[in-house]
Formats: sequence, C-alpha cells, structure tokens
Amino acid sequence: MTTHSHRVLPGFGLSLGYTLVYLSLLILLPLGGMVLKTADLGFAQVVEIALGERSLAAFRVTFGASLAAAVVNGFFGLVVAWVLVRYEFPGKRFVDALVDLPFALPTAVAGITLATLYAGNGWLGRWIEPLGLKIAYTPWGIVVALIFVTLPFVVRTLQPVIEDIEAEVEEAAASLGASRWQTFLKVILPAIFPALLTGFALAFSRAVGEYGSVIFIAGNLPLISEITPLLIISKLEQYDVLGATALAVVMLAISFVLLLAINGLQWWAANRYTNREPLEAAAGRASAGAAR
Amino acid sequence: MKIASRIAAVLIGLVAATAAQAEVTLLNVSYDVARDVYKDYNPMFQKYWKQKAGEEITIKQSHAGSTKQVRAVADGLEGDVVTMNQANDIEFLAEKGLVAKDWAKKFPNGASPYTSAMIFIVRKGNPKGVKDWSDLAAPGMQVILPHPKNTGNGRNSYLSAWAWALKQPGGSDRSAQDFLAKLLKNAPLFASGGRDATTTFMQRKIGDVLVTFECEAELIAREFGKGEFELVYPSLTMQTEFPVAIVDKVVDKKGSRKEAQAYLDYLWSKEGQENAAQNYLRPRDADLLKKYAAQFPAVKTFTVDDVFGGANKAFLTHFKDGGSFDQIYTQK
Amino acid sequence: MSRSRRATEEPGWVRYGLLATGLGFLFFFLGLPLVAVFVEALAQGLPAYLEALREPEARSAMGLTIGIALAVLPCNIVFGVAAAWAIAKFDFKGKSLLITLIDLPFAVSPVVAGLIFILLFGAQGTFGPWLAAHDIKIIFAVPGMIIATLFITFPFIARELIPLMQSQGKEEEEAAISLGASGWQMFWRVTLPNIKWGLLYGVILANARAMGEFGAVSVVSGHIRGETNTLPLHVEILYNEYNQIGAFAAASVLALLALVTLVAKTVVEWRMKKETAMLNTVLAPEKTG
Repeated sequence: MTTHSHRVLPGFGLSLGYTLVYLSLLILLPLGGMVLKTADLGFAQVVEIALGERSLAAFRVTFGASLAAAVVNGFFGLVVAWVLVRYEFPGKRFVDALVDLPFALPTAVAGITLATLYAGNGWLGRWIEPLGLKIAYTPWGIVVALIFVTLPFVVRTLQPVIEDIEAEVEEAAASLGASRWQTFLKVILPAIFPALLTGFALAFSRAVGEYGSVIFIAGNLPLISEITPLLIISKLEQYDVLGATALAVVMLAISFVLLLAINGLQWWAANRYTNREPLEAAAGRASAGAAR
Repeated sequence: MKIASRIAAVLIGLVAATAAQAEVTLLNVSYDVARDVYKDYNPMFQKYWKQKAGEEITIKQSHAGSTKQVRAVADGLEGDVVTMNQANDIEFLAEKGLVAKDWAKKFPNGASPYTSAMIFIVRKGNPKGVKDWSDLAAPGMQVILPHPKNTGNGRNSYLSAWAWALKQPGGSDRSAQDFLAKLLKNAPLFASGGRDATTTFMQRKIGDVLVTFECEAELIAREFGKGEFELVYPSLTMQTEFPVAIVDKVVDKKGSRKEAQAYLDYLWSKEGQENAAQNYLRPRDADLLKKYAAQFPAVKTFTVDDVFGGANKAFLTHFKDGGSFDQIYTQK
Repeated sequence: MSRSRRATEEPGWVRYGLLATGLGFLFFFLGLPLVAVFVEALAQGLPAYLEALREPEARSAMGLTIGIALAVLPCNIVFGVAAAWAIAKFDFKGKSLLITLIDLPFAVSPVVAGLIFILLFGAQGTFGPWLAAHDIKIIFAVPGMIIATLFITFPFIARELIPLMQSQGKEEEEAAISLGASGWQMFWRVTLPNIKWGLLYGVILANARAMGEFGAVSVVSGHIRGETNTLPLHVEILYNEYNQIGAFAAASVLALLALVTLVAKTVVEWRMKKETAMLNTVLAPEKTG
C-alpha cells in the first residue's frame, strides 16, 4: 500500500495493521472457510442451485424488498435524523432512544409484533386492508419488516454528521443571500451525502440477510414471498449444509459487489467534499445559485 | 454492582460447569414444544433414580427445532439423549454414527414412548362445516399450516393429507399430488412454525381451518380459551411419533450410559406414561389410554411406516429439493 | 419564537412538516410496535409480568446476555477506533475494498454467520477434531456465542466513526501534532472529544445488536436452559411453548435496554459539558494558536 503525501499524523501502521489482523481473524478466515467448503460442491452445482426457479424468485424478492426498504429509510431516516438534531420538542430524548429499538428487540419478536399490527384485524391492518392493500403475508410485509429492522443504520450514521456541520458555513451561505433550500442543497447535502450513502448501504446489506423478523410476516409462499435466507434454512432442514453454504456464498458475492459499488461512490462523494474549497467559496457557490 | 456480581457468578458458573462435573449430569436435547412434558418428567425421574440407584442426578434441557437440534448434536452438542418429533432426525444421527443403527429397536413401540395425531382446529360452531381432508381442498376454504417443507408439523400435515388421498377409491401418487396441489392453493401463507400458525389462526383470525397436532389443542385452549374453537378429527390421519434415542458417542465418552438408559426406559413406566397423557400426548399404555379416553377420542390413524415405508423415505420422496412438494410449485 | 426568522432556520411550515413527517414515521414504524410489545407483556397484569421475569431461567438468560455484550464491546471499540483512524485520516490504495470487507458481516445472514463458525469449530468442522482432542469447547458454549456476537456487531463502531472522521478532516490533529503534542495526547484531547457522539452511537448500536441478536447465536448456542440461553433465545422458546406473557415480558426487557441510550446520552452530555468548560479555560490559547 502506497501513500501520496508525507504523513504528519502518527499511528497509521499500528491502526491499519491491527485492523487487518482483526479483520482477517474474525471475518475473512471464517468467510474464506465457507467459500472453500462450497468449492467441494463444484462450480456447476453451485450455479445450478443459484439459478433454480425458486432461488431466482427468492433473490428477486430479497434484493427487491431490501432495496425498497433502504430507499424508504434513506428518505425518512434523513428526516428523522434532521429533526432529532436540529429541532427541540417535548419528549425528544425518548424519541431519540426509540431509534435503537429495532436492534435490541429480538428479530422474531419484531416479526410477530409487526404481523399482528398489520394483519387484517390488527391496529394498522384494519385501516389499511379496506383500502385494498394487504401488507401482512405479502411481499409488502417483507418490506415493512425490513424498514423496521434497518432504520437505525440510516438515522445513526447521519446524526453525528449533522451535529458536526458548523453553523458558520450555513450562516455564511445565508448572509450571501442563499435561500434555506439552496443552502441545504449546496452546502448541507454535500456534507452529509457520504454518511447518507453509508447508512443506505448498511441498511441494504443488513436487509438482504435478515431472516428472523421476515418469516413471521412474509407468508413464505414459494415463488411469491420466499426470501433467500428461508431457502438456506430449508436446505439446512434437509441436512444439506453444502447446499446452504452454496446459496450463502452466492448471496454474499452479490452483496459484496453491490457494497463495493456503493462504497466506491461514497468515497468519491466524500473526497469531493473534504477536498472542499474554503468556506467562503462554498457559501459563494450557494449564493451564486441564489442569484441564478 | 449487584448485576455485575451476578454476571460474574454466571460466567464463573459456566466455566466451573464445563470444567468439573462431580455429579452425574444428563443433557436431554429435545424439540421445541416438549418443555412441559419434561419439566414434569425430570423431577419424577430424579426422585425415582435417587431411590433406585441412590444417585443424585442433574438433568439439563435443550429445546429448539427438531432438525436443528440433531444437527447441533452432530456438530458437537453433547446431548446424552435425544427426544425428537421426527424419526428421520434420529435416522440422520444414526447415519453419522452417533446413534445405533437399530435405534428404533432399542426401546418398545419403535422407540416412541407416546404419540399424537394430526387434527383440524376450526372456529366455534364449525361455520364452514369442515369434516375431512376433502373439505380442505374445496374452493373458498382457507387453510393455515406451518411450512410443509421446512417444519415437522407441516410435513406431518402434508403426509396426512397425502395418505388420505392415496386411500380414496382410485387413489394414486398422481391423484394425491393433485389433491395436495389444490389444498396448498388454499393456504394464504405458510407459517414459520406450529406456534406461528396458531397465532395466525387464533389471534389474527386468518383462515377457516388450522392443521396441527392434537396435543397442541390443549396449549391453544390454555392461551386463547377453550370456547374459542372446536376440534375436528378427519376420517384418516397420521399417528405422529416422538422417537427417543441414546447418543452412544456421548454417553460412552461421559460414562453416563446407565443413567441415560434408565432415563429413557422410565418414559414407559406408569408414571412416565401418565405424565405424557396429562400433557395430552397419547400414551402407549392401554390402561391409561382408556383412563384418559375423554381427551383421546378414537380416530383411524396410519403410521409413516405403513404408508410411506419409513420416515426417511417419506422425507426423501416429498421434502428433499425436487421432491413432491417442490414439483407442485415448479411443474405447471 | 421571535417573528423574524433566522436565516439558518427553515421556514415554519417546513419545520412543522418535517417534524410531523419524522415523528409520524417513527410513531408508525417504531412507536406502535413498542406499545404492542408492552400490551402483550402486560396482557394479564403487572403481577404476571413480574412473575415471568422472576423465573430463574429468565434471570440467567439476562445475566448471560449482559455478560456477552460486556465481553464483545471492548474488542469492537478498539477495532472500530483503529480502523476509522487508519481509513479516515490516511490515504492508501484499496480503501473502498477495505471498507467493504468491514461491511461484510452485515451482508451475511445471521443464520449463515452462525453456520460458518460451526463449519470451523463444530465436531465435523475444520478445527473440530483438534478442539475435541484438547477438550476445548467453543461451539455450544459461551466462547462460541461471544465469537458469533463479535462477528455480527463487528462493523458497527467502525462504520459509525469512518464517515464522521472523514467529514472532520485532519487539520485539528495535524495542528495538535505540530504544536508538539504526542500521539496519545492528540488522541485524548482532540480526536476523542471530536468523535464522542459517533463513538457513543456506535457503542449503543453495537450493544443493542449484541443483546438482541438471535439468528447467529441461536445456531452456536445449543439452547441449554439456564446455561447457554440468551434473552432472545429464551423469548423464542417461551413463545413456542405458548407462554406469550413470558415471551413478551422478556422481549420488553430488551426493549427497555434499548432505552438505556437515554441514560447513556444524558450522562455523556453532562460530563462533556463539564469537560469542555474546563478545556476551554485551559486550552483555549493553544487551540486557536
């Protein structure tokens, strides 16, 4: 690994070395073991398992629902994070703490509770179903469960970054005549965009693997509402560990490529922002937009 | 501070527990709704064993899905005995060499100390007039059952319906599969397990009929009230077995064979059988079956061995990838 | 509120619109489920609820859950800070790849996360025979559960800190070093105060996830009652046994643990306030100089 410039800050070797060792032992070694294990099966058979009709349908449902959940959380998560950092309202601390709930609640409980809420006679389902929209036991149920499970990722990655935006930048932009909306678009959004992408990526990848909550609300009908992790469990229920790892490896490979793409994008966006012009220039850019 | 000391105590206790096992300890690895059965049975056995052998014995329980449990045993969970609800799960351990090949002959009744049956639960007053399997495939009927491929409960329901269709006049594997296809079309969802199916049916009020174990009906009554539902016994259904076995590899290593053997033998004693009956599991003991006749109505049953030539064969034909269940969905 | 709006604030209707959207979303997606959990747990009144929590198995599950979280968090804090430092403050090739590798545990289904450790340490696994020969128990014992939880919570703190430290740049630290501060002084006085919120969020998230994790832990636990059952596993077993009150009571405890955030945040805020007041008087010339 090479570096571009002379380093002023200490600890690069130590921190990177430690990171790599810890990462290798805890993550790469076990995952590598799983990939190697799948190799026992042979490439042709892995492809056959991955491209079966039900596997393909499950991949579509899994990745589609995960994407939908991540998009919904990207938007609402941003609003929630903004509201929690910038505004004062009664009960704010309680609401703030509530955001972590999806992680602490066991996923099965989340799934059971959501299914009860959204079933035809549930608190929410009884209002929604007469509108002709069924949520529990349809793919929409999967999206709802995934929104619940992954919300903290977006909110919690955005919060510290929004807290960190310096008031002077916004004030400078405003004093140069930028409207609030222009300041948001030209000054605030670029600053928080990398974190938003990070939250999105994390929510998406967590959603893809989620099992515990989804099976209680999905309906689990073959070709319609079966998720890939359910197929993995199904293989395990047939004592077919190799088949299960094969599916897991395929899933992991897809997630890896998607994550790599999102992280590349995130890195590009972050660099554009951190190699930023002086404050006045950013503010000026915003006000130039105002003049236009 | 209190919490910290408790955590410390737990952690130390765990280390100590694995390091030194002064007294005899048995680990019973079991399926997930068996807790009530063994919660009462274990103290009974401890008392019996104290009297008989003068030995204090500790019994630990592990509960989870049947197949998950046997895989754990194969991967090193040191259960002295396994008490399951699917014979093919014990067959799997036999293949791995952890359990004797002739495990089913080591105890009476195919090593299954008690049985149950697959039955229907319908809403109060049976508004849809459900009487038999044929009604479940009728148009407009909604059937709730656990995932037929991935859960023991669902598999038993599936096989019961299959056997019924097979025994109809002119029945064949072909007609049975067509019947199952129709029945499964009536399922608005596949629940993740037996308990989840019950919640869906009882609490969320989805479906007209729930297929489940007879012994679950009592648990449902306890949770949701007896007057909320009715039981329907179909004209033919599966006698479900709950096979038990000693894990040879573990008891030989630990030197606990004598205790493990006694623990499972005692399941066939009067006390053990009565405990099963009190938990709404049909005892093998004919006298007790008569005594509890009120809760065990006569029903015509078949065993997996009769119709499918063994649990393992049934599993391979119907629930393996590409089996009859998958064919229903992928062959159009 | 004064009538003339400050230029760095949104117009009133936007503020209220955002507030309503954000809080409405939280109410439907988080608030209602939370209420539903407590409604189920208290369905037969407070005494039944407390009785369910007094059960020895529930208590041992709580102890184990907290114990595992306490074992896992320090490891991941050290890793998270180290990784974020290397990634956010220095340029090197392959950075995106490294971040993606750190993210990987999120993309691994919890069920599979348990399975990979079975494949390594299980009796039929790579190291299984060796472990058995030396009488070392990892799988179906506490060490295995700790390892699985480490895996599941691995990325949280690092991922929380990386974007934060990126957006902060490195000028402040460079200034501290050029003023003669040692590496550790720089870390404690400049870096740590700057990342405190991110670090706190990361720890809280990792903690919540460590305590709430079911899938991976369930595969490696062995489910031995009173011994290797964590609270989430206990919840599932109770639910399957038709003990709805017990299951939801135990779940509500985990939900309450999530609200510990409240306490943690308040404490940290209070201490930080005291410290910054002190730092401002002591370090003010140095920082601006």
